[in-house]
Amino acid sequence: MASYLRPRELDEALRALRIAPRVVLAGGTDYYPARVGKPLDDEILDISAIDALLRIEEDEAGWRIPARCTWSALIAASLPPLFDGLKAAAREVGGAQIQNAGTLCGNVCNASPAADGVPNLLALDARVELSRVGSVREVPIAEFVLGNRRTAREADELVTALRVPRPGRPARGAFAKLGARRYLVISIVMAAAVIETEGDAVASARIAVGACGPVARRLPHLEARLAGHRLGMPAPAIEAVDLEPLTPIDDVRGSATYRRDAAATVLARLVEGATR
Amino acid sequence: MSAATDKIAFNVNGRDVAVAAAPQTRLADVLREELGLTGTKIGCNAGDCGACTIRLDGAQVCACLMPVAQAAGRRVETVEGLARDGRLSPLQQAFHAHGAAQCGICTPGMLMAAEDLLARDAAPDEAAVLDALGGVLCRCTGYRKIVDAVLSVAAGAQPAPVDVDGGVGARLAKVDALPKLTGAEAYGADAWPADALVLRAVRSPHAAARFTVGDLAPLHARFPGLVRVFSAADVPGPNAFGIYPVGKDQPVLADGEVRYRGEAVLALVGDGATIAAIRDEDVPVSWAPLDPILGAAAGVAPGARRLHARLEDNVLVRGRVARGDPDAAESAAAAVATGRFETSFVEHAYIEPEAGWARRVGDRVEIFVTTQTPYMDRDEVAHVMGLKPDQVRIIPSAVGGGFGGKLDLSVQPLIAIAAWHLKRPVRCVYTRPESMASSTKRHPATIAARFSADRDGHLLSAVFEGDFNTGAYASWGPTVANRVPVHATGPYAVPHVRATTRAIHTNEPPSGAFRGFGVPQAAVAHETLMDELAAGLGIDPLEFRHRNALRVGSVTATGQRLEASAGLQACLDALRPRWRDLRAAAEAFNKTGAGALRRGVGVACMWYGIGNTSMSNPSEMEIGVARDGRFTLFSGALDIGQGSNTIMTQIAAEALGVPASRIRLVTGDTDLTRDAGKTSASRQTFVSGNAARLAAEDLRAQLARLGNTDLAALPEISPGFVAIGRGRFDPPTTALDAEGQGVPYATYGFAAQLAAIEVDTGLGTIKVLRIVAAHDVGRAVNPQQVEGQIHGGIAQGLGLALMEEYVPGRTENLHDYLIPTIGDIPPIETLLIEDAEPLGPFGAKGIGEPALIPTAPAILNALHHATGVRVRRVPATPDRVHAALREAGVAP
Repeated sequence: MASYLRPRELDEALRALRIAPRVVLAGGTDYYPARVGKPLDDEILDISAIDALLRIEEDEAGWRIPARCTWSALIAASLPPLFDGLKAAAREVGGAQIQNAGTLCGNVCNASPAADGVPNLLALDARVELSRVGSVREVPIAEFVLGNRRTAREADELVTALRVPRPGRPARGAFAKLGARRYLVISIVMAAAVIETEGDAVASARIAVGACGPVARRLPHLEARLAGHRLGMPAPAIEAVDLEPLTPIDDVRGSATYRRDAAATVLARLVEGATR
Repeated sequence: MSAATDKIAFNVNGRDVAVAAAPQTRLADVLREELGLTGTKIGCNAGDCGACTIRLDGAQVCACLMPVAQAAGRRVETVEGLARDGRLSPLQQAFHAHGAAQCGICTPGMLMAAEDLLARDAAPDEAAVLDALGGVLCRCTGYRKIVDAVLSVAAGAQPAPVDVDGGVGARLAKVDALPKLTGAEAYGADAWPADALVLRAVRSPHAAARFTVGDLAPLHARFPGLVRVFSAADVPGPNAFGIYPVGKDQPVLADGEVRYRGEAVLALVGDGATIAAIRDEDVPVSWAPLDPILGAAAGVAPGARRLHARLEDNVLVRGRVARGDPDAAESAAAAVATGRFETSFVEHAYIEPEAGWARRVGDRVEIFVTTQTPYMDRDEVAHVMGLKPDQVRIIPSAVGGGFGGKLDLSVQPLIAIAAWHLKRPVRCVYTRPESMASSTKRHPATIAARFSADRDGHLLSAVFEGDFNTGAYASWGPTVANRVPVHATGPYAVPHVRATTRAIHTNEPPSGAFRGFGVPQAAVAHETLMDELAAGLGIDPLEFRHRNALRVGSVTATGQRLEASAGLQACLDALRPRWRDLRAAAEAFNKTGAGALRRGVGVACMWYGIGNTSMSNPSEMEIGVARDGRFTLFSGALDIGQGSNTIMTQIAAEALGVPASRIRLVTGDTDLTRDAGKTSASRQTFVSGNAARLAAEDLRAQLARLGNTDLAALPEISPGFVAIGRGRFDPPTTALDAEGQGVPYATYGFAAQLAAIEVDTGLGTIKVLRIVAAHDVGRAVNPQQVEGQIHGGIAQGLGLALMEEYVPGRTENLHDYLIPTIGDIPPIETLLIEDAEPLGPFGAKGIGEPALIPTAPAILNALHHATGVRVRRVPATPDRVHAALREAGVAP
């Protein structure tokens, strides 16, 4: 018989993971859909009673989005324009039901190529906080999500938070998602950007695209071209070389060719909007 | 730490409860199975449909995605908690008054999502309503009446009064709405005896394979709660069912060979926990896959493997309608338009998966099941069980959407056979992937069509060749193949016609009945070509259609002269002002250079024969009066959400001359009601409505003969009744000859719709901005119900046009298979044309299928108006539209 742990303390959760691997369950919005018509016989660690993982924290270095933070909690949180892209993504994840239960950390751990959170977290330069008994490490998000449904989490580790560094300059985030219907839609393509500004120019840009390969990818060439771009001027056109990190595939949601073209259009509009 | 034996305590609707359930059990299952709160529905168990939406500490969540452990100590609200002291909440009242519930399966989820919104925001605007309800799918209503209902409460309006007495023409509130609004309604999965065993089918993961079943003893040893594993050998009668006598080719359980992915091979029966614990891979089935035949072209390719020994070319049936000499006519034409069109498998996506339970009672079997056709189910189950039809009783549950998909057997024979052998009640509820993989689909069509017209814009000829992928088994394939040629010209007078069809077997899901029986696919072809002919001749597309519209006195392609009720021109006349305004507005928008956005407006028309094609399809009704003067209508016409319970009541009330509230309904139980045929072919209002009218007239005549006699003093002629009226109606039709000539239908519905859309040429996405729908329904027995059918049909037509494509093995869930959400359906204007049908009850015809048919081609024609680009393959997904725009140089 499968066991189900629902500790109140983080330590208890970490100790359990040291003894044996467990499926970590927070909002359940990825766990249950993967088991339709199948037995629910996993060894489960339910982290939903650990109060220490609930509230977003802010300090000089930045923000800590803990493992139980839901999409809805993020939307409701008072956060600077840096987070506008992540909040926009939160509003597009599932319906309100999913937003009220699903967590950002769960979205990252599920490591779907179409995870709406990941491009934003790449653009935010976020780091994943992994805890195990006696130690905590941080891994850049790009090194955490390794492939389709694969992450760098070790079996005895729990993702306890996402950490978003505070930019040294004014910064704004933006996000755009392309799907074939209005709600409840898995992205065909999505893109996120964080633009740091100095005066009336782009000081630096971080831009990432999702659903165009097994993992979301930053676009360094485009980012480099945007540095120094004057706000309000027409944004530079997207070039083929900008999209080189992308490896889209054909699937039921769209062809690879379409994804590449659509990514260029989505990016052009995103950059235009974010550098206004 | 929780152990499985700890009780989990929480509050439900103000009541403290404690349940002994495994902590990972879905809260939805605990609510339904442990607490009996079956108002919370399960449509997918994956958070894709929102039917299980509840409030947890006030916030809406999917109860199917929540371990019951997480409810501990919290406040759960379900639909059952909304009505207080027997009084509906304001939101429930608004849903009732607006006709916002059709089948009602999504209603609890919609209500809970809306309650969540209104608790947070007392005066939301429409955008906020859409955001809040965006996580709940509805397949019936087209959402607009739901939005209206929520907004009416938000506006603080007193709930509109609900009409409970109206006769024909009144907006009588749905007579069966209350249980749908309170959660009390029992759908297929909502009622079962406590001692019922659970059945689950093991299904083929292969499109084509041979298989053998190994020794089952180890499986039984490992799972002592497994009572029995049924196989093809356990089917008592012929292991073959199907709609038509010649098409009984589908096994209840496959016998050594499977012909499509999702076909049932074994049925596991045991206690619920055991059945849930067994994985398919635990069951010893050895597969030897075969090369599958995929696509109709492969089915008729030279040398293709035969799917069924009796058919040497995999062609199940051919249809043909021929009149005049189209080739000669075309050679004299001023304009010719030609096109090749393709459509996809489309899934019905009713939110209620197939479900029911059965028990053996002596030498009979009783089946409680979600179905559109209790009498056919009875006969089909009797056939496969080797019983006489009267040994089978079908007790229909409430039906959570059908659209044609519940006209075929699903759980019925499985649970009947198991209950028969085991002499215990047996229950089965399909999972969503199982429902999608195993059930029938809309036929994919490949259509080559050619129309010609003379210089004055009069149609001369139509040549239509349609291949329909009918999948692995016959199902309703013959119906599609026969109905399509009759309708291939579209609703136009065309003197020279040759229309042929083939239904071709493949190793894909059986294509069956789906709202329109192939006519929506044909309409994509003829309506595109009408636009092209009009353009070729320099005639406005709407006026071109008006000029050619079938009208009273017209002769159809089957040689039938239309004697009455052919209101297409009136539909187009009603649309004309909106057509001109919307076209001009779109063209003005495009002149402003709105970046990548282009707007367009398209028109499309349809006609649809009401009832079976050239086949008898009678309905019989009875209505009794009791000593207390109350009437009971025994109606076998099954209401699957479309409103026939209400329509039959209104018709009977009108014919009797009594208020509708005096009539009680007994529906659909094969032991209690007469055969009123199936709920399909848009036939219930026209055919069963006539039977209800005749029964009521018969009773009224009997009462008139009694004069002023006190009913209470009369003897009962059957238990509870002092008089019973009977009515029977069978639409007058004739067989079609070898050239398809004859009178296939007694009457036709007509319609024309406008679609106004906005195309993002950069992404290939299409947003539908508005639909204007004009429908000749003969007589709107209940305008609110008719509007509801039109809205819902348009939503399905929009899905067909833009997003719906079932791919076996790839889109077997409601997040990969997309149906329109509440945010995808634009405002809809309905214009009801009432060109009375003399044969119809009080002039009425049907509306269920006509509502869907023009929408997709109207959208495609709007795409052309917006961009100059033609897409001839549906769904016109963003990638396909974008590719077409690029090819035409419209996209960047």
